[in-house]
Amino acid sequence: MTVNVMTPKEITKKVFNKEELFILDVRNESDFNDWKIEGENFEYLNVPYFELLDGVEEIMEKIPTDKEVLVVCAKEGSSVMVAEMLSEAGLSVSYLQTGMKAWSEHLEPVKVGDLNNGGEIYQFVRIGKGCLSYMVVSNGEAALIDATRMTDIYLDFAESISAKITHVFDTHLHADHISGGRTIASKTGATYWLPPKDATEVTFDYQPLEDSNEVTIGNSIINIYALYSPGHTIGSTSFVVDEKFLLSGDILFIDSIGRPDLAGMAEDWVGDLRETLYKRYRKLSEELIVLPAHFMMIDELNDDGSVSEKLGTLFAKNHGLNIDDENEFRKVVTENLPPQPNAYQEIRETNMGKINPDMEQQREMEIGPNRCAVR
Amino acid sequence: MNNITANMILDAKGLACPMPIVKTKKAMNNLEAGQVLEIEATDKGSKADMKAWAESSGHQYLGTIEEGEVLKHYLRKSSNDEAIETKHPNLIHNEELEKKLDSNEMIVVIDVREAAEYAFNHIPNAVSIPLAELEDKLNGLNKEDEIFVVCRTGNRSDLAAQKLTEKGFTNVFNVVPGMSQWTGKTKGINK
Repeated sequence: MTVNVMTPKEITKKVFNKEELFILDVRNESDFNDWKIEGENFEYLNVPYFELLDGVEEIMEKIPTDKEVLVVCAKEGSSVMVAEMLSEAGLSVSYLQTGMKAWSEHLEPVKVGDLNNGGEIYQFVRIGKGCLSYMVVSNGEAALIDATRMTDIYLDFAESISAKITHVFDTHLHADHISGGRTIASKTGATYWLPPKDATEVTFDYQPLEDSNEVTIGNSIINIYALYSPGHTIGSTSFVVDEKFLLSGDILFIDSIGRPDLAGMAEDWVGDLRETLYKRYRKLSEELIVLPAHFMMIDELNDDGSVSEKLGTLFAKNHGLNIDDENEFRKVVTENLPPQPNAYQEIRETNMGKINPDMEQQREMEIGPNRCAVR
Repeated sequence: MNNITANMILDAKGLACPMPIVKTKKAMNNLEAGQVLEIEATDKGSKADMKAWAESSGHQYLGTIEEGEVLKHYLRKSSNDEAIETKHPNLIHNEELEKKLDSNEMIVVIDVREAAEYAFNHIPNAVSIPLAELEDKLNGLNKEDEIFVVCRTGNRSDLAAQKLTEKGFTNVFNVVPGMSQWTGKTKGINK
């Protein structure tokens, strides 16, 4: 039987469409338990490749013959080996092209809305890692928010819609992924904005992003209005785009809220986080559509693959916005936190420009889920 | 400190997963039980996989040393260390030895595991004399000293203790269950 290749883009489509897929993950158990390809109707079997070196007979009966089967490993090599063995044993299977490495780096652009005076806003879903970045486009100009290090994807996308990137923002100094903001700004000549309170240690020039800053994109009046919203980091800033969208960074997610501990300041910042979520955000229109910088679980995806929800709905449903007691809130966001993201200190230093790891090292640093939220 | 001796060295540099493990598995077939294999690899993922593979296949993962781009993994081929009754009459439990060490008694601890096992994890001040080399090194030991012999599970140390008693050492103890269960202080590479 044949061995087929499946690309991250094809799998992303299956996630969005809630299709069925049987995934044989041949990485070692701890890697699988830490992080895997998530899909609502995906089934899994984890058997490390090194237990299959003598043959696949023992797992044959566990692999369905009436479903599409995908073999997954870290970088492709082992999944090709196992896929070939399964194929020789009579199964028709695929392997994931370039493995979890590629899955972690895949970005899927999804249009999330139209702007009032013409123009669109796109969400780039980093499906494997749960990171979300944004491109606001109007009249041939574009702004990028929280771009990942896969910079070519944004540059190519902007070119494909004939837009010039003029402004690049990071809502805060990221601890879970390496920002592509600085690279894109230098390649395009765009202005790179960063909240100054998060940038006290950076080694490069930037435009300080402060409360009430307004940036206009395109000829029509598309406002990007900065809203100082500390808590996840001390500089964290949200944006209101076109009086319609609230880009909440790592402060507020769909089914969770930001964690205040990744810069070692949980105790100090928990008050800021509460102030932001329970006072500053309360003053905003409940009609705003929240566009966060992350999702945690695959069921936060809308039917079209986008991640967004009305602020009013989140006030009603998001547990993190409904903890009346301040001490209880303090407990929730400072105790029993999930493990910190892989290499988060090194990632912060990279985003400050203090260290310059090569591409391979950057990949290693970003391995695993993002873990920026508390539920 | 990095003069770890291995019975065989496998060059897996430049090879991508799954080849380092495929080659290691083959190389293991050519080793005798209890011997140590050093695998030189450049695939970063090989560390976690070596460890997990060793656990699932019954071999002993000793540790990894990183030298620039090269990862040197040390594995010891599975042997019948476990579940054999010890024969030497003098036994001392890990905890008792730990107490003696804590009270700074002048005692001699001999670690008879392979040098590579010792290198990654051993009791501070323990002397490394692999079982196979014991006979040649008897001259350096004092027959009246209180000597505590330790290995991973109490099996090799039992053989060593018998050997010492046979050669006229009068105050020899076998430490059980040995380093596999040792909770006291240790030293070693990467520590």
